[in-house]
Order: sequence, then C-alpha cells, then structure tokens
Amino acid sequence: MSDPPAGELGAPAAVPRAPVTARAWPVARRVRQTGLLALLAAMVVSFARADPAFLQIANLMSVLQSVSVVAILAAGVTVTLAVGGFDLSIGAVAASSVMAASYAMVVWGLDAAATVPMVLAFGAGVGLVNAALIIWLRIPDLLATLAMNFLLTGLQLIPTAGRSITPGLILPSGESADGVFDPHFLEIGRARLGGVLPVPVLLMLGIAVVLHVLTQHTRFGRLFYAIGGNETAARLAGAPTRVLRLSAYVISGTLSAVGGLVIAARVGRGDISSGSSLLLDAVAAALIGYAVLDRRYPNVFGTVVGAIFVGVLLNGLTMLNAPYYTQDFVKGAVLVGALSLTFGLGRRQS
Amino acid sequence: MTAPVPILTLHGLHKTFGATAALAGVDLTVEAGRILALMGANGAGKSTLVNLLSGAYPPDAGRMLLRGQSFAPTSPAAAARAGIATVHQSTQLAGIPGLSVADALVLDRFVAADAPLFVSRRSVRRAAAAVAAQAGFDLPLDRDFAELGPADQQMVAIARALSRKAALLILDEPTASLSAREAARLFSVLEDLRARGLAIIYISHRSSDIERLADRAVVLRGGRIAADLPRPVDVPAALAAMIGRPIDSLAAEPRDSGGVVLEAQGLVLTAGGPPLDLTLRAGEVVALTGPLGAGKSRLLAAIGGATPFAGGALRLGGKAFKPRSPREAIAAGVVLAGPDRHRSSFVPSDWPGGSVAETISLPHLRRWFPTGLLVGDRERRVAADAIERLRIRASGPRARLASLSGGNQQKVVLARWQAEPARVLLLDEPFQGVDVGARADLIAALRADRTTATLVATSDPEEALQLADRIFILERQRLTPWDRAGVGARAEPGAAA
Repeated sequence: MSDPPAGELGAPAAVPRAPVTARAWPVARRVRQTGLLALLAAMVVSFARADPAFLQIANLMSVLQSVSVVAILAAGVTVTLAVGGFDLSIGAVAASSVMAASYAMVVWGLDAAATVPMVLAFGAGVGLVNAALIIWLRIPDLLATLAMNFLLTGLQLIPTAGRSITPGLILPSGESADGVFDPHFLEIGRARLGGVLPVPVLLMLGIAVVLHVLTQHTRFGRLFYAIGGNETAARLAGAPTRVLRLSAYVISGTLSAVGGLVIAARVGRGDISSGSSLLLDAVAAALIGYAVLDRRYPNVFGTVVGAIFVGVLLNGLTMLNAPYYTQDFVKGAVLVGALSLTFGLGRRQS
Repeated sequence: MTAPVPILTLHGLHKTFGATAALAGVDLTVEAGRILALMGANGAGKSTLVNLLSGAYPPDAGRMLLRGQSFAPTSPAAAARAGIATVHQSTQLAGIPGLSVADALVLDRFVAADAPLFVSRRSVRRAAAAVAAQAGFDLPLDRDFAELGPADQQMVAIARALSRKAALLILDEPTASLSAREAARLFSVLEDLRARGLAIIYISHRSSDIERLADRAVVLRGGRIAADLPRPVDVPAALAAMIGRPIDSLAAEPRDSGGVVLEAQGLVLTAGGPPLDLTLRAGEVVALTGPLGAGKSRLLAAIGGATPFAGGALRLGGKAFKPRSPREAIAAGVVLAGPDRHRSSFVPSDWPGGSVAETISLPHLRRWFPTGLLVGDRERRVAADAIERLRIRASGPRARLASLSGGNQQKVVLARWQAEPARVLLLDEPFQGVDVGARADLIAALRADRTTATLVATSDPEEALQLADRIFILERQRLTPWDRAGVGARAEPGAAA
C-alpha cells in the first residue's frame, strides 16, 4: 500500500481512490474556514508590495476609520440576525441621527452633553418601535424595518424642508438658525487618541469587543441565538423571548444612532444625503461575516472582519487608481463570493 | 390464496457510509399481494434499504431484481417510473399549504417535461379525481391541503405514489401521527390494495399495526436480516430480534408513590370542554394515552404554562398554580418537553447552541451562570455526567445534535430536564423516532427518579404500559383510568371508546 504523506500540499494525483472523498472534505472545510482571513492577509501583502505607503499607520487608520460607521451598524444588525430577525432601518436611523444631532445643536443650540444622549435615545426609541411592530403587531421583521427605513428617510427631511443643516440655516419659518456644532461634539469624529487612534475606530473596536462578549460569552447571547435558532424551543426552555428580541432591536437602533453621531461629528454638518449606502454596506458586512471562519451564522467578529475586508479592498484598489465608480461592483462581487463560500461550496454532501 | 409471485428480489445488498456498514448483505424476496413488515432499531439499516429501493443512492454491492429484471434506479424518479412507490414519514411535505388537494395529487405531473404550459382548474381536478379513483380513495379534492388531518394527508401521498402503476408500495411509519380511528381507515385501505395484488413494505414498530396487517415480518439488525417471521407475527420475538435480547417483562410494575405534588381540579382545556381531574404524586410515572387530537398535548401544555387553560384550577404542592408562561412554570419546578424534539427543544445543529452540552443547559443558564458570563465548566460537567448516566452515544459534550441518533437526541432532552430537580416533569410523545433500546434506557431513567411526578403523553399504549405506574386514557378531553388488569384484551384503547 502506498499511502502518500498527509502533507498540507499532498498531491491529489497520488492519493489512492477511496480516500479522495474522505480527505477532500476536511480540506474543503479548512479552505472555507480560513479562506476569507487568508484572502485578507493576501490582499494586505499584495497592496503593500504594490505601494509601501499602504502599510503606513496613517493609511491603515484611515482604512479603519472609513469602515468604522459601517462596522458599528453591521454589529447591530448582527444582533438582530442572531435573534432570527433583520433590521433594515439601520441606514435610515443613522441618517436621521445625523440630522437630529445637527438640528439639536444648530437650531436648538444644545451642546454635546445634551445632544449625544438625545440622539442615542432616538435610536433606542426607533428600536422600540421596530420591536413593537414586529413582536406585538407581528409584522415580518424585513417588512416592518423596511417600512421604518422608508418612514425615517422621509421624516428627516421635514424639519428643514429638505435642506442640509449648517450653521446659519434658513428655517422653513424664515428665521435663521444661530447655533453651531459644539467643538466637543466634533471631536467624536475627528479626535485621535495619542495622535494616532481615531475616536471612531476606538468606538468601533470597543463596540465590537462588547458585542462579541455579549453574544458569545454570556447567557444573554446564548438566548439570543436560541431564539434565532428556534423561538418555540427557546420559549419552552423558559427564555423571555419578547424581552430579548426587543433588546436586540434596541441595541441595533442605538448602535445606528452611534453611527449617525460619528458621521455628523466627522462631517460637521447635517447632510441630507448622508448614509445612503450605509444600509447595504452594513448588511453586506454582516453577511460576509457568516463566511469568516466558516461559522455560517451571524457573528460579531466575522461582521467586523467583513467590514474591514471591504474597506481594505476598496482602499487598496483606490490606491491602485481603480475608479471610484467601480466600488459598488467590487463590494457586490465580494458579497457574492462570500455567500457562495458560506452556502455553496462543499454543502452537496448534506 | 394463490402461490405468491415474487415482485422484488434482493441479493447480497451492501452499503457502507464512511466506517459504518449500513447494510451488510441483505437477501430478501418481496411478493405481490403481501404486506411485509420491516422492523429494526434506529441505525439497523431500514432507511438505507428504503433509500436503495427508491433510488436515492445505489448499493455498493449486490443485485436488485424487479419483476425478474435487473433494477438499478439512478434517481427517485427512475425508481418511481419502474413501479416503486415510496411514501415518506413526513406527509406534510406531500402537498403545499395554500394549494388544493387536487393540486397535491397531480403535483408531480406539473414538473414532467410533457406537462402542458397552461393548466386549467378543471383539467387539474379531472386528473386528480382519476388519481384518487385509481387508488380507490374518497378525498376532498377542493380543500386546502394544509387543512387536512394527518390521515388524509397520508392518503394523498399514497394516492399520488400509486398513480404511476406501482408494483411495490413502501410506507415509512405511516401510523406514527395517526389516531387509532385514522389508522384503522389506513389499514382497510392497505388491505384493499393488498387484495388487488400490490406488494407492500410497511415500516413500523407498533405491534398492533404488525399484528393486524403483516403477512410476514422481517427484522433488520446491524445491516443484516436478524429474523424473518411468518404470519401470525410473533411480535415479542420480533422485538427481541430487534434489540438482540428478549424483553423480559413488557409491562412496568406499579409502585408506591409519595405525597401529592400536582392536582388539576375541574381543569377545562378549551372553552366549553369537559372538566378534568388529575392528581400526580411524587416519584410516580403517569402515562396519558389516547388518540391524536384528544387533548393530551393541550393538557401538558396547560400544566407547563405553554398555553392557557379555559377554566378550573391547578394546585402545586397545595398552592394555587397558574403559570402564564413556560418561564413561570419552570421557576415553580414544572417543566415541559414538547412533542417533536426538533420543533420544541432543539436549535438547528449547525447554529450556536446546537451541541449536547448547550442543549442541556439552555433552561438552566440563569441558575448556573448568575453573573451572565459563561465561565467555568459546569455546563460541560453536567453534560458529561448525563452522557454517562443515560448512556448517550455521543462523541462528548460538544458533539453536535445532528451527529446523534433519534434515541440519543431524546436522551439529551431528558437530560436537560433532569439536570435540575423538577417537581413535575411533563413529556409529550418522548418516544417518537426512538428505537427500542433507547426507549428502555429512557424508561429506566424516568422510573429511577423517585422524587419528581412525571406525566407522559403517548399515543402508543404499549409505551404507556412499559412506562407507567398509572395510565389514563384521554379522549375528547375526558380522562378515564385504564385498568391495567385487562391490558391484553385491549391493545388499542383509543379504538375502544
């Protein structure tokens, strides 16, 4: 019997017949498990070889900063996915949070200490309304949150009659708003810790760690997933399913508001078109996260890696002078690839 | 009866999956106009044999002859064309909710390549009526498939399977979800089909089915034929062949029990229903049997807080007990394992929480991890203990549920509710898809608990006998104690009333 050495790179041609299938599956599995992370590493290496400036701390931080808002929103969606739901209102919550924060400071003249809690409460409130629609009115989650997305996209235009908010804004009543953006507020988007680490990146990492621990290492996370896996079973096992589902939507709404605050603080104006691509980007990151480590279920770690993956790819391609208008195509291609990895490859056996 | 005509002959069938030989040389002849009962514990090779016959996959070795000609189906469709009609256990899958029974009957014709592009309601109805008539069934063609009871859904599946000139009909546990009355109707249909010369392979564990129907019982064990018994089938011998040892005494011995734990006083399950009285004592196992839809599940769900009851009162340890949710019931020590473990107890196997340890711990997380953080090895330890105590065949606490057989999965459910002491343990159909060996282990574990009051709903009276200290028959929400003395005479209590 010539049993070939079971090296990682064992030549398939030399493997005797029967074991081929037996061994091919673990290999396929390993490819799926490490595929995206390996690809991310490969991308970083090749972009760095193409242009050493890619690896400069400043550039890496700018990549992370560019994905921070998407990653924060996507982490929230991941929690709703874990309870078997979906939150499609995150983009609109973030966009209306930008408007709410700007309005509070510019029109009402509030400072950061009042604006931030107010906007967070707004996000949590939207989460509550979403939960009420889904849990008590029993509207399917996709439809309820899609409707909420629509509603908020329109609502944010009404107070300013469709104008973006900058200091000196002319209100529908004809008056001019005399407030300004609180400099402390702007630091949320612009300050760097130790001159290196941008606050949004810090927020993203902090939220990622907290949510990762919450979902993977606490009993609440276990119950979230139990509800998402089989709500009846979770209820019969004594889980307070309504409260937990409600908290998932509140978490997602609140995190969307955090994302909105970061945008408002970075841009320094209430732009009516901010956040138009946030929803799709965040959902894509969460879905790419299924493929990271081949988990095949929503997970916060994968989601954040997914967001960073897209950010690195776009940054690198931009550096290589890929035109701006190809970005959405690239994101779409990554998503299709990741989903194929999750759902397609190697599943024929089951 | 004329000499039997062989329809199907199997020679030395082998099939191996990975390291396990599912079939290790099966020789079998199936005859026209005969009902062959195929028996075997989980993993004995029944499903593999059925899958070979119905074209799901080919055998590794061996030959199959259908009507004397070599038979090697390449797909389920090819097997169906050759005349093998298979009706699988979950007949809800035979139709589509929202479509009519007529649509369900001719569903497979819609997908045929020569199907017309446009189908009118009338043409569908005409074709469906022909299918029903050919099988000799009277089916409500215009009803929504989802509204049918399990027996009628079964009839639809059988009629459709027979619509293509079948020579052999394979039925996989057809009475598992049928009431006694519905089963009786199915039996007369099968007897009629037998009289018309159809060969039938009937997979079942129920001795009442086998005694009534089978012309012959073939028992598989470890991928081989362990026994081939002629009519009248000696069911105890067949069961002994299934588990490889004789079943010493079928019925459980009633024992003394402790103080009253739970009382139902004039409990009304649904508005307008009759009041029920029931007393459960510590350390006893009470079985509730009777036909499907009689209210067994509803009674258990009411006690377990899963559905509200319409009237009357429950008393737990002498105090009024009215749980508004399973959560409240569990907090009071009343725990419920619902019917169909996949629907009521498990998350999907590849989802977080789908391991043996995580399944056991789910209701106890609050008690075991008061800080909320999942630290320490309590979860793993409890699971490891349960694996040993209940003889669960699993690679360890982290094994995924899908890697366990049905019987072992059910042991995990029991381990969950025995992981913390309960005052009342409610089990709804805990032996579904559980082989005889695992069933004996489960029964032993239930009877070993001398502090909990256990109430088990089962539509199989044989299970009730093996399990319980006391047995009640529940029919149309009325409870009658079942006199164990007259057991032999009344094998199917549901049919008696």
